[in-house]
Amino acid sequence: MSVCTSPSDDGLTRRLIVLTEAGLPLVADPWAWLAGELGIDVDATLALLQRLQADGAIRRIAAIPNHYRLGYRHNGMTVWDVDDAEIARLGALIGAQPFVSHCYRRPRQEGWPYNLFAMVHGRDASDIEAYRNQIRALLGNACRANEMLVSSRILKKTGLRLATQRRA
Amino acid sequence: MDEFDRLLINRLQHGLPLVRHPWEALAEELGSTSEALRERVQALLDDGTLTRFGPMFDIDRLGGAFTLAALSVPEARFDEVAAQLEAMPEVAHNYRREHRWNMWFVLGCETPQGIAESIARIEAETGLAVLNLPKEETFHVGLHFPV
Repeated sequence: MSVCTSPSDDGLTRRLIVLTEAGLPLVADPWAWLAGELGIDVDATLALLQRLQADGAIRRIAAIPNHYRLGYRHNGMTVWDVDDAEIARLGALIGAQPFVSHCYRRPRQEGWPYNLFAMVHGRDASDIEAYRNQIRALLGNACRANEMLVSSRILKKTGLRLATQRRA
Repeated sequence: MDEFDRLLINRLQHGLPLVRHPWEALAEELGSTSEALRERVQALLDDGTLTRFGPMFDIDRLGGAFTLAALSVPEARFDEVAAQLEAMPEVAHNYRREHRWNMWFVLGCETPQGIAESIARIEAETGLAVLNLPKEETFHVGLHFPV
């Protein structure tokens, strides 16, 4: 658990995750609803949420759109084999591009030479090709090879579900 | 989806304010009422425009673990393997991608050990090798789709 929350937060946080896995109920007073479920008062509930958000454990309490439905039907996972000596600088640069939604360093594996991942989304196939070209230009000679893996079907999109996982 | 829905979707991607009465605060900001906003969000969830509304947890910060993994599935077995992953609660997302590695999924567990166990189980049940690509460094996470 996070170093920034007190030990008593940990049990509450886990229950909070389970309670809101499928979403936060759209009631007039959501913090009062959570407080009732957690068995603490509403001010303590709001303070807990504020601590978790300040700490980064909750990124935000937000709507997640179905990007296909919003017209962003093309998504490409661009993958790059970037010089290890340059990846910290170049990863930050690529992650800062407005068309990149996620950007991570991941390990190379046997048969998988790529260590930088940048996800791009567009309304047309040509959009994501253009984004890939922009990334290629930014990486320049520090990049040895790249591919773009275009998604063609969502097979599952439930998000995290702890409540139904088997206990060890 | 009308102009107000667009405004609401864009605003709600940034998050609900952590104030005592968040829907009232948002209603004031958008010139609406708490009840009308919540009805619209419910309608957008019901028609599939939004997939979820709620806290977005960073499981890494909470002692949990995520990984991105892939399988190279023979076409004849693709739907069967997709159904095997569908049945596992540890599999949060799964996408087909046009590549030799044609099935890409995110595993989310409470512990790193849970990830290792899930991978072992997938390999045992499918007979296929899992390409495991846990993130080593995050440069950016900021999913936002202007509509």
